[in-house]
Amino acid sequence: MTSGTLQLTGITKSYGTRLVLDDVTFPVVAGHLTGFVGGNGAGKTTTMRIVLGLLASDGGSVTLGGTTLTPDARRQFGYMPEERGLYPKMKVLEQVVYFARLHGFSKTDATSHATALLEELGLGERLNDNIEALSLGNQQRAQIAASLVHDPEVLILDEPFSGLDPLAVEKVAGVLQERAARGVSVLFSSHQLDVVERLCDDLVIIAGGTIRAAGPRDQLREQHSAPRWELESNGDVGWLREEPGVTVVDFEGGNAVFDTDDPASAQRVLRRALQDGDVSRFGPQHPTLAQIFKEVIQ
Amino acid sequence: MNPSTGSGTGYGSTVSTGQGVWLVAERELSTKLRSKAYLISTGILLLIALAGVIWAGVASATPSSTPIAATSTAASALQGAEGYKITDVSDRAEAEKLVADGTVDAAVIDDSSSPTGMVIIADKEAPQSLLMMLSESPPVELLNPDAGAGGLRYLLGIGFGLVFMMSAITFGSPIATSVVEEKQTRVIEILLSTIPARVLLAGKVIGNTLLTISQILLLVVVGAIGLMVSGQTAVLQGIGGPIAWFAVFFFFGFILLAAMFAAAGSMVSRQEDVGATMTPVMYLTMIPYFLVIFFGDNPVVMTVLSYVPFSAPVGMPIRLFFNEAAWWEPLASLAIMLVACVVVVLIGAKIYENSLLKMGARVKLREALRG
Repeated sequence: MTSGTLQLTGITKSYGTRLVLDDVTFPVVAGHLTGFVGGNGAGKTTTMRIVLGLLASDGGSVTLGGTTLTPDARRQFGYMPEERGLYPKMKVLEQVVYFARLHGFSKTDATSHATALLEELGLGERLNDNIEALSLGNQQRAQIAASLVHDPEVLILDEPFSGLDPLAVEKVAGVLQERAARGVSVLFSSHQLDVVERLCDDLVIIAGGTIRAAGPRDQLREQHSAPRWELESNGDVGWLREEPGVTVVDFEGGNAVFDTDDPASAQRVLRRALQDGDVSRFGPQHPTLAQIFKEVIQ
Repeated sequence: MNPSTGSGTGYGSTVSTGQGVWLVAERELSTKLRSKAYLISTGILLLIALAGVIWAGVASATPSSTPIAATSTAASALQGAEGYKITDVSDRAEAEKLVADGTVDAAVIDDSSSPTGMVIIADKEAPQSLLMMLSESPPVELLNPDAGAGGLRYLLGIGFGLVFMMSAITFGSPIATSVVEEKQTRVIEILLSTIPARVLLAGKVIGNTLLTISQILLLVVVGAIGLMVSGQTAVLQGIGGPIAWFAVFFFFGFILLAAMFAAAGSMVSRQEDVGATMTPVMYLTMIPYFLVIFFGDNPVVMTVLSYVPFSAPVGMPIRLFFNEAAWWEPLASLAIMLVACVVVVLIGAKIYENSLLKMGARVKLREALRG
């Protein structure tokens, strides 16, 4: 059950004279977890609100599986706003059931669905507690349950991991991955780049209202890898400095990080290193998401 | 868990408008009915109403048992007078004895030397009403008789005005605070990504109106029971029609106010700020109360008040009680009320829709109307 790709094309938005989104274009592929990364005020929340129809864009389009979204179609999306909030004096289960029913579930279906989901998220013991009695982390889980309870085909989550302890992050990540595996399109923003890096299939990096990079994670990594290599050996690799086509970035005894002009130079270095001693590690160095992020937003 | 089979009827469909409105209304109702503060205050209100009605009945019934002693001739003069329990005595000595031991409050005996032919014997003070009844007063002719009893008009004005004002404020202002609560806790973003703003507003207005009307009906029922128990059925018959009209006018008047309260709440983001936008609506609910009290005996003002949507729930029932309004007048006034209701609800909905997602500073009215 995939609904197809959620495609944003040329979205622009200004508040007064301030342009906050400029030609924002990227896909959220069904069955993929798409990480949406950007600094504070980069335009993540505004983009998400436009996708949900909470905010009107000044231009551009949002389509799902090729068709323009109707208000009714948007209302089937699951949404978790950045600012957390549920009714403080309502019970956890009741609240999640309420949202399911607003999505058209019958009372019985809503209750069984909500109960199963809350149990899956580790709130099984707290079903009848008021929201205000829960810790912030647990309130957040309840919030995630509220956005998932109607089995949406498209999930938009604004900072779903902020404020969660590592175990809770694992739990929520597991739930999102399982949804994606079923064909749900998941778009989530996060400041925790390590989590995004580990979870996401696709990445979108936004800065100053423009998309700086978008695409499959591995492809982005490749695009942004300088031809950089890592070498660990027990010999002295001082000769690297004299090697043609090689620029040493870091050097210490038998270990070195270096850039090359082409892959053949790297292989030449490896052969030379093997003549001098044992090589325990050799390979291309991939940049972390944090490095890519810093690079593209500059 | 396969979603396409697990969720049954609900999967992939949004809720219909009617269902959505009812779900929101249901939540408003159940939240209120579960709040202890609400239940306790309702209980106290009903007890006060019941006690008031019964007290009024007892107080008005008390004079009927003023015990009086009278000789046979004097007793015939008292015949037909209500409010006295007459004990026959044969002579002055016997009457004095009854007055002295407190069996009766006063005695009326024949005395040929008195110009009225009677003498009243009392212990320390003679009952005023008895004196008034037995004394001769010159006849009075009024050139401009008052159309209705001024006191009763005043009382009715206070009664209807107070019930209208108190219920509008007691039940209207929570609508504003609940809207602010949704904004402040940001639950509004989830709600609006699920259902249209108008459905949310309609649910809120309907839920709270139902709650208020049921409370008013409960008050009326308790009042009626109190009147019957204390034997004041005559009052009940006179006031039944005006009260029914009051309820009808109140119903639509409250919908109008509820929309205004919701709009007022939507314009701010924090509970601390809601007073500022709610105050104008509060004034609107107080105006009919004060105008009816101050201008209750001015037919022109009362006629105008009985047609203006905010004061009609108070003005029209009073005019009906004193038979000052023709049969079609409440209907005409109701028609005006309905039109006002539609217009105000539409404006309120516009303000509400335009302001809900604007966080931070108070939304300016002009901005909220323009969108």
